[in-house]
Amino acid sequence: MTEYAIRARGISKRFGDLTAVDHLDMEVESGRIFGFLGPNGSGKTTTIRMLCGLLTPSDGDVEVLGLKVPEQAEQLRQRIGYMTQKFSLYTDLSTRENLRFMADIYGLDRRDRWRRIDEVLAQFTLTDLRDRRLDAMSGGQRQRVALAAATLHRPTLLFLDEPTSAVDPENRRDFWEKLFDLSEAGTTILVSTHYMDEAERCHRLAILERGQVRRNDAPDALMQALDGRVIEVNGPGLRQLRQHLMAQPEVVSAAQQGSSLRVLLGEPVAAPLDYLRGQLNDPAQQPRATRPNLEDVFMAATSGERAA
Amino acid sequence: MSALTRIAAVSRKEFLQLSRDRMSFGMIIMIPLVQLLLFGYAINSVVRHVPIAVVDLSGSAAARVITEQVRVTQVVDIVSRFDTPQEAEAAVIAGEVRAALVFPRDLARRVAAGDTVGQWLVDASDTMVSSALLSLRTMPLKLDAAAPAAAYTASPPTFEVSLFFNPERRSAVNIVPGLTAIVLTMTMILFTALALVRERELGNMELLITTPIHPIELMVAKLVPYILVGLVQVAIILGLGRVVFDVPFLGGLGTLALATLVFIAASLTLGLLISTIARTQLQAMQLTIFILLPSILLSGFMFPYDAMPVAAQYIAEAFPATHFVRLVRGVVLRGAETGQLAGDMLWLGGFTLVMLLVATARFHKRLD
Ligand SMILES: Nc1ncnc2c1ncn2[C@@H]1O[C@H](COP(=O)(O)OP(=O)(O)OP(=O)(O)O)[C@@H](O)[C@H]1O
Ligand SMILES: [Mg+2]
Repeated sequence: MTEYAIRARGISKRFGDLTAVDHLDMEVESGRIFGFLGPNGSGKTTTIRMLCGLLTPSDGDVEVLGLKVPEQAEQLRQRIGYMTQKFSLYTDLSTRENLRFMADIYGLDRRDRWRRIDEVLAQFTLTDLRDRRLDAMSGGQRQRVALAAATLHRPTLLFLDEPTSAVDPENRRDFWEKLFDLSEAGTTILVSTHYMDEAERCHRLAILERGQVRRNDAPDALMQALDGRVIEVNGPGLRQLRQHLMAQPEVVSAAQQGSSLRVLLGEPVAAPLDYLRGQLNDPAQQPRATRPNLEDVFMAATSGERAA
Repeated sequence: MSALTRIAAVSRKEFLQLSRDRMSFGMIIMIPLVQLLLFGYAINSVVRHVPIAVVDLSGSAAARVITEQVRVTQVVDIVSRFDTPQEAEAAVIAGEVRAALVFPRDLARRVAAGDTVGQWLVDASDTMVSSALLSLRTMPLKLDAAAPAAAYTASPPTFEVSLFFNPERRSAVNIVPGLTAIVLTMTMILFTALALVRERELGNMELLITTPIHPIELMVAKLVPYILVGLVQVAIILGLGRVVFDVPFLGGLGTLALATLVFIAASLTLGLLISTIARTQLQAMQLTIFILLPSILLSGFMFPYDAMPVAAQYIAEAFPATHFVRLVRGVVLRGAETGQLAGDMLWLGGFTLVMLLVATARFHKRLD
């Protein structure tokens, strides 16, 4: 039987007239990395806040680690870690001072405290930065400190809200190595992101749009579902072709990438390659089916088309 | 021209921001309104209705007649009567009355001889109050109903006046201890008023409320460091007051420390409450000023408490500074002891508890 760290049933959050999260269902398996992908304002942060018990859902039921949220949220505190989207450690304190603070707040054993702090300092390669104030650090360094602080008390469930928004690709890769280490050790991780390369690393991915889940599956499965519907066109006159294609109801998206045009066709198109050939405006243009990537999935999911 | 456009752009933006901040907008109206009411209505530099005690050792009709004539001047209110001058002195030290009027045993003989008829024992620490009482020193009395009004103008003054605690009537003596109340009100309330708001503005709060910390733990923790700060400030003011302005220190250090601690605690918790109300640091500062103004004007620090209308006195009682001004002057200037000041201390202690509970109840570990 699968164990779920998070189960949310029909949760909504309304701010006045605005429905930020709209009857959202989701389940996160224990020990997995679950990704939240969605455009700005799609409700990622709001959902995470509801799962942590910081916001009260307008509707629906949330169960996290077997506890009802927000009713039993206090019992949950010790077992979850939360890295907020907005940096929330004390920038006028050093790494060690911040970690010491968090260790005390979470009631870490006095003897264990410094050993554990040294451990996370080493784990997140912060040992050289331990005495530096956070306001004198780069964005990526700061984000490592934030992750160290969020994992200091060994939570079983970790919420990371856009943890790598200020991190370069190389450091992002390192950051994800740490996440896999944590996952390997049994931590469940829910992570929101705008980056496709990050989304692709998740065990499972939910794509949000306007507070609703549009897709919810393993990244591979999501990409496979689009097989055959992504066509690359090479050749001259691609700007005009793009304009023409964007006006067609069958076309979900068309984006120029260097010297080729990447076209995503909608579900109802039976033979995508043939359809596209009929749309070309220059004999020199060469269409070719290509492997769908997550960006295609994202475009398909968030262009108003409902999940099947 | 573009300079004008830019100036207009910034001004327009300021107006927009101001109109979005409803609390600041309210303060623009409230601060002048409250100031006007305080200065126009509550503040009165003509001192009247000073609470005094009467000690009549003569038990004569003349004492009753003189007392009545003193009363109708409206300068004083007779709030108690004692049998001995010692009891009256204790009441002065405890701050229950500002002065005592003592009629000697041989009052009848003195009246007959046209001699001084009584003695005022005056707490002179507040120079405005002592001036008012000194004005009674040569007041004419009318002892015989048949005699003309100015019949009794003794060549020695009508009353003998003994000024206690500040015989040279220097205002620094009264101001310096009172200043501790104002400085503490200003700094203590502001520190904690900003405490929670700052964490909210900087985004630390969202992390803090996902931790196991309990609201009351957070509240108490926010107070502790500033208690120390407050004690240091009091030490500086009173120490310098002693050295530079020669302000006496008659009371016990223990009593002063206790009084200061309860007042610091009361101010800090009041700040915490502000912190749960204000959304931004600017709002917290405005609310602090809103408390600070009446604390300066109504507490008795600048203007005698006794001279204010009764309604204003009731309002003044709501502010911790009023109680502390009384306490610190009692300890420092009159050598009052803990027992004599228990009322104000208990009030401040109770205030602290209530504020702490209200602030805790108002603080939710939620974002909505
Ligand atoms: N406190 C609030 N009051 C009113 N509306 C809010 C509040 N918080 C969020 N919203 C609205 O709810 C919607 C979802 O916001 P949310 O922050 O969850 O999006 P997000 O997916 O995290 O976006 P981003 O990728 O930009 O972080 C947005 O339209 C936002 O404007
Ligand atoms: Mg967000």
